[in-house]
Amino acid sequence: MTFPSLQKMSLARREALAGYAFIVPWIIGFLVFTIGPMLASLYFSFTKYNIVDPPQWVGLANYERAFSGIWDAIRTGDPRQFQDPLFWKALQVTIYYASIALPLNIAFSFLLAVMLNQKMRGINIWRTIYFLPSIIAGVAVTILWVRILNPRVGVLNPFLKDVLGIQNPPGWLSDPEWAIPALVIMSLWSVGGSMIIYLAGLQGVPTDLYDAAKVDGANAWQRFWNVTFPMMTPVLFYNLVLGMVATFQYFTQVYVATSNSIGGLGGPQHSTLFYNIYLYQNAFRYFDMGYASTLAWILFVIILILTALIFRSSDAWVYYEGQLRGRV
Amino acid sequence: MRGCITKVSSEAECSVRKASDFVSRIFGSVSGHDLLLKGITTLILASGSILILIPFLYMISTSLKDPAQIRSDSTSLLPRKQKTAEVNGTLEPLYQVTLDGQVHEYALIKNAPGGLGQFVDPARPDLIYELKINEQKQLYRWDIHWENYPEAISAMPFWRYLGNTLIVTFVGMAGMLFSCSLVAYGFSRFRARWLNLLFLLLLSTIMLPSQVRLIPVYILFQRLGWVDTLLPLIVPQFFANAYDVFLLRQFFMTIPLELDDAAKIDGANPLQILLYIILPQARPALVSVGIFHFLYAWNDFYEPLIFLHSRENWTLAVGLQTFDALYTVNTHLIMAVSVLMIVPPILLFFFSQKIFTQGVVFTGIKG
Repeated sequence: MTFPSLQKMSLARREALAGYAFIVPWIIGFLVFTIGPMLASLYFSFTKYNIVDPPQWVGLANYERAFSGIWDAIRTGDPRQFQDPLFWKALQVTIYYASIALPLNIAFSFLLAVMLNQKMRGINIWRTIYFLPSIIAGVAVTILWVRILNPRVGVLNPFLKDVLGIQNPPGWLSDPEWAIPALVIMSLWSVGGSMIIYLAGLQGVPTDLYDAAKVDGANAWQRFWNVTFPMMTPVLFYNLVLGMVATFQYFTQVYVATSNSIGGLGGPQHSTLFYNIYLYQNAFRYFDMGYASTLAWILFVIILILTALIFRSSDAWVYYEGQLRGRV
Repeated sequence: MRGCITKVSSEAECSVRKASDFVSRIFGSVSGHDLLLKGITTLILASGSILILIPFLYMISTSLKDPAQIRSDSTSLLPRKQKTAEVNGTLEPLYQVTLDGQVHEYALIKNAPGGLGQFVDPARPDLIYELKINEQKQLYRWDIHWENYPEAISAMPFWRYLGNTLIVTFVGMAGMLFSCSLVAYGFSRFRARWLNLLFLLLLSTIMLPSQVRLIPVYILFQRLGWVDTLLPLIVPQFFANAYDVFLLRQFFMTIPLELDDAAKIDGANPLQILLYIILPQARPALVSVGIFHFLYAWNDFYEPLIFLHSRENWTLAVGLQTFDALYTVNTHLIMAVSVLMIVPPILLFFFSQKIFTQGVVFTGIKG
């Protein structure tokens, strides 16, 4: 199939045109499903909008609703001073979860990857076992964990009581104090997902670096600390950024674990009111699309800031091969 | 070492050599320090894997129990019932009783104070032994309730949910593979002024939280009358996504350009080069991207929850969650459906493990 006009064109122009033609599906998708909706939700964030009636411009009212009262709340230490205490509760829950789950996840998955990177018999069986939970993550697994953690009929508490001798095992998801730790335990079970990324990174570490270290008389620990760890920092960094972003979008596990419980979605006592749960409630339960859009944009800005912070701090600890550090 | 065929080796020597041979085969090298390290590693990995596997076991065993077993024997990881025997017309639990060094199967007929119990031989119920109950071992028999599965399937529109899930998964996968290969090809094989900038733009959308675009997209689909149909879950797949385009592009870049040039000389146009040169070469990448999409679509809960409202349009993930709410007390049925839901991903994983791990390794590189 040739067009006369195409024949007359220069080779370079024809190539460029063909290139653009092939990416048309993405360009359409980007306009219709990404940039267009982003601009629209930015607009909605300045409106009152319930889908049925046309959006009504309210200026900064939605942003005020989220942030106002912050000074009084800080001054008096009383969260009731916030105009929307739940927004702050959601931020607090999300950051609290991230501050426990992310370090534990990174530590466990990294150590696991180091162990699974050894040349041993049957290593593939271990890798398979540890990776298995991460491919079935979702509703079924959460339902399973809700049963396991159930203080009355679950298997965990009898085990804690009878085998480990813990007298008053926690109520887990039904206890506001223990709901977040329960979710952390659930997430640690599926640690294999990030483990496999570290494993891939470990296998990318050139063996001659280890050989050189061995020649220099480094022992196993020194080889780990001076070769493996620095070579792995980019992957650690990558998982840290993705982990932060994922925590702010954490949804399915909380929804499945809490929406059928007595405490209700985000319960008990808002102890699992994650940011994304609160956003969902505003958008699809209360149909307060204006405020939900505001929350979405605040989320977007938070993720941008976090990513920028992690990127900036990474100079100090992330080592990229072929990059000279410490040069003035 | 090839076993112990040589006649010179004595039997003792032979067994020692066999043992050390075995150890060295398990642990590779046998330098003392390494051996210790590997021994400890194996120990940690083994105990950790028990923690990983117990929830699976619990899920499967609970799906095969009946409600009475779940109530009375909830912590058991096996679907079992007490073994009983008829004594004087009533069924009594059987225990393994050790009397004067001999093992008997006796029934417990009565509890006595002080943790004692009255045991009898079911064959001779007149002779009563008073023994400490917790020193005897209770006997169990298998009691597997396969019928939980058909019961669970008929308690919910299972086939309907499965059908919806398969449509969303596979039609979406086709759309994703189609659009992402085109776009990845465009980004990997052509030189044009804006292409690099556009590629960066594409990459930046990986970090974009979907919530910033979700509400207007929802409203758009609502205006189109697509909310509460499967279309919002399928149609966007036909417009490529950053993640899969990136993976495919990286793979396409590794295919030698000489192949394209040869085809060009033979008069192939760019589309033909994609179809006959690039795609056949990129099969491993296409398969792993397809598998990832399957797992994503099969397990996805967020978007189906938002876009699908009426019962008959749900996918398995949403259906199972609601089933859990409606049938809370029927743990055995819920676990049966949960098992059914995790079987396809696990089967897929085992059958494609090699490609899968390659794909993951490939994904890992992008860090």
